[in-house]
Amino acid sequence: MTSDSKTGMFSHKKLERNVTLLGLCALGAVAIGGIVEIAPLFWIDSTVEKVEGMRPYTPLELTGRNIYMREGCYVCHSQMIRPFRDEVERYGAYSLAAESMYDHPFQWGSKRTGPDLARVGGRYSDEWHRAHLKDPRSVVPESIMPPYAFLAERSVQTGDMSAHLAALSRVGVPYTDEAIKAADADLMAQADPNADAAALKQRYPKAQVRDFDGNPAKVTEMDAVVAYLQMLGTLVDRQKAQAHEQPR
Amino acid sequence: MDKLVTRVGVLFVVALLAFVAMVLGVDQAFSVHMGIACVAALIAMAVSMNKFDFLTQRFPVLSGPSVASRYDDDPIRWGVIATMFWGIAGFLVGLIIALQLAFPLLNLNLEYTTFGRLRPLHTSAVIFAFGGNALIATSFYVVQRTCRARLAFPGLARFVFWGYQLFIVLAATGYLMGVTEAKEYAEPEWYVDIWLTIVWVSYLAVFVGTLVKRKEPHIYVANWFYLAFIITVAMLHLVNNLSMPVSLFGSKSYSAFAGVQDALTQWWYGHNAVGFFLTAGFLAMMYYFVPKQAERPVYSYRLSIVHFWSLIFLYIWAGPHHLHYTALPDWAQTLGMVFSIVLWMPSWGGMINGLMTLNGAWDKIRTDPIIRMMVMALAFYGMSTFEGPMLSIKAVNSLSHYTDWTIGHVHSGALGWNGMITFACLYYLFPRLWGRSRMYSLRMINWHFWLSTIGIVFYASAMWVAGIMQGLMWREYGADGYLVYSFAETVAAMFPMYVIRAFGGLLYLCGALIMVYNVWMTVAGRLRDEKAMTETPHNPDADRPYVAVPAE
Repeated sequence: MTSDSKTGMFSHKKLERNVTLLGLCALGAVAIGGIVEIAPLFWIDSTVEKVEGMRPYTPLELTGRNIYMREGCYVCHSQMIRPFRDEVERYGAYSLAAESMYDHPFQWGSKRTGPDLARVGGRYSDEWHRAHLKDPRSVVPESIMPPYAFLAERSVQTGDMSAHLAALSRVGVPYTDEAIKAADADLMAQADPNADAAALKQRYPKAQVRDFDGNPAKVTEMDAVVAYLQMLGTLVDRQKAQAHEQPR
Repeated sequence: MDKLVTRVGVLFVVALLAFVAMVLGVDQAFSVHMGIACVAALIAMAVSMNKFDFLTQRFPVLSGPSVASRYDDDPIRWGVIATMFWGIAGFLVGLIIALQLAFPLLNLNLEYTTFGRLRPLHTSAVIFAFGGNALIATSFYVVQRTCRARLAFPGLARFVFWGYQLFIVLAATGYLMGVTEAKEYAEPEWYVDIWLTIVWVSYLAVFVGTLVKRKEPHIYVANWFYLAFIITVAMLHLVNNLSMPVSLFGSKSYSAFAGVQDALTQWWYGHNAVGFFLTAGFLAMMYYFVPKQAERPVYSYRLSIVHFWSLIFLYIWAGPHHLHYTALPDWAQTLGMVFSIVLWMPSWGGMINGLMTLNGAWDKIRTDPIIRMMVMALAFYGMSTFEGPMLSIKAVNSLSHYTDWTIGHVHSGALGWNGMITFACLYYLFPRLWGRSRMYSLRMINWHFWLSTIGIVFYASAMWVAGIMQGLMWREYGADGYLVYSFAETVAAMFPMYVIRAFGGLLYLCGALIMVYNVWMTVAGRLRDEKAMTETPHNPDADRPYVAVPAE
């Protein structure tokens, strides 16, 4: 084997004698793939096809989602139903790109140590969720999920909720100024069946307003998590996506 | 002296700023982190003021042999010890979370010890703390030797080491407190990301600076890989972690991207954390330490050129195979699959170049346990870079995705390739860095080799069975046309596999603990009196040509 790899006009010697050239060529080589694959997703319209019903998260749902991320739920639960018969029958209609268009970050997951949660909303009662989160094996004996009893004890501590919505609107989530201003009030109102939630429901269609944690005295992290789980997959009406041809 | 005053001044300002941020922090975790940063800056300041090299003064053994090395080896000595420390920590947490999946009681009913918080701790500890320290330490060692030059910017090199440890501490404590961006392998929050960026740019400066100072006309192939690894990781880290903090005094931030775009950006990052952190960087280690230990030149210079450029070009495209059959556009999935399959070839180019370096020295597999580890590492590298392209085929992926098969695949690469090659390099480095004639015990290296290998076999085969079983049970239909198994039944079926996996992990951890003892004694300057590794008795009577004896 000769150490001279001169092939035609170009010699690799040039690269291995010049740090700058080597570094730039390496950067060029590794930049191309990302540019070709990722960049078009931002401007090809059909990447995220428009669907009716999508809206940003309510402040309470967003808080629940942040707790979901804080506890690392995504390491065991996916939120992405693939278009296979068994998955659709087990978890519901397959997931659409638009359904995670306001998810900063996405929570599709990579592992199903537990079941997919993309359409868990409305499948179980609040009471079931509470019991399950406090002690998973009390309702599912085979479960290996960790217990999250502390959620029920702790009041939501989000700090300034308006700041959260403002940060999200800066990265493109269409929260109105009004929604940002009312964020703290909306957060409390959604978990309080006695509050006037008309404005909240107008801002966030299909928002579910009730006391999620069974403790009307305070708004706990359990309220937020259950509110989030109960809305997952409920915004887009998948019946409309069914075939419209009449059976013969 | 002026330089010292400036340094102390800067550190004092940093400590002050961190203190102010701690007081103003809007959440507890942020305040804790700023407190840690403040203490770190104060310690660095005190050390600078005393011009006091704490480690080498307090523990003179850490400064290595009394004969001053011609190279700047102090940060490397700290680095190999840090690699060992974080390795044990990472393996231990891995064993704990493996057991949690079999026995959920071990979540201890505490928020800090749930699987969801410990799992990022495990992945980051092994990839970034164990792997990262191994990469930084070996790159500093290799670049000096192959350039015949001392490290450029020695002060900055020390900053890289300590800054990186601070990054690890901030990331790890953050996970326990629930501070996370919730993107796998990129969990640290925005301010920790900024800190890592500063450290990483310094690392690039030290590395490139040393290359520029080189006394050799050519840049050695290992350094191409290190350079590509440092540059690419910088690019991936910067793009994937773009996020909007809620408050400058709070830990929470929201990713700049959403949904589909965020998913592909994340897996472009995630897959190339494997491709560049765990592959290119470790191939660099292979390209220096395998030829040195085998005392043979690299098999093919031409192959190393071809496989270097094709590997770094192709790897970047493979990310979408983590998103097969999701809402990611089909064209991107197909592109990801095709490039993943093509990637098989340059990956095996690296394996072949490593294995064939032993040409003419194959007997060393029998006599040298370090070579044995290197060969096993390359074999696992070859195996998992075959398994990877296979899993990226959409039809296979429809079964394997979301199951433990993926976990098994990752661990045959991580434990087999990254772990084994790191152990081998450390066994090469420890005696040299401390001026010992050899490791304390070669037989213990052999024990380590076998415990690790058997551990990986238990681990990987348990996960193959678990993954395929899971995938098949999820899609099993009965004659009545209904799904046969509920999800909970598939969870229950995993139990024996999870126990076997944990046992495999325990063996691997035991091997690493033997290494700790071996390393400890080596640094202490002891040599174990033991039988030589190989005894192939020579029988002079049999050592002759065969002479046929006619039948009677």
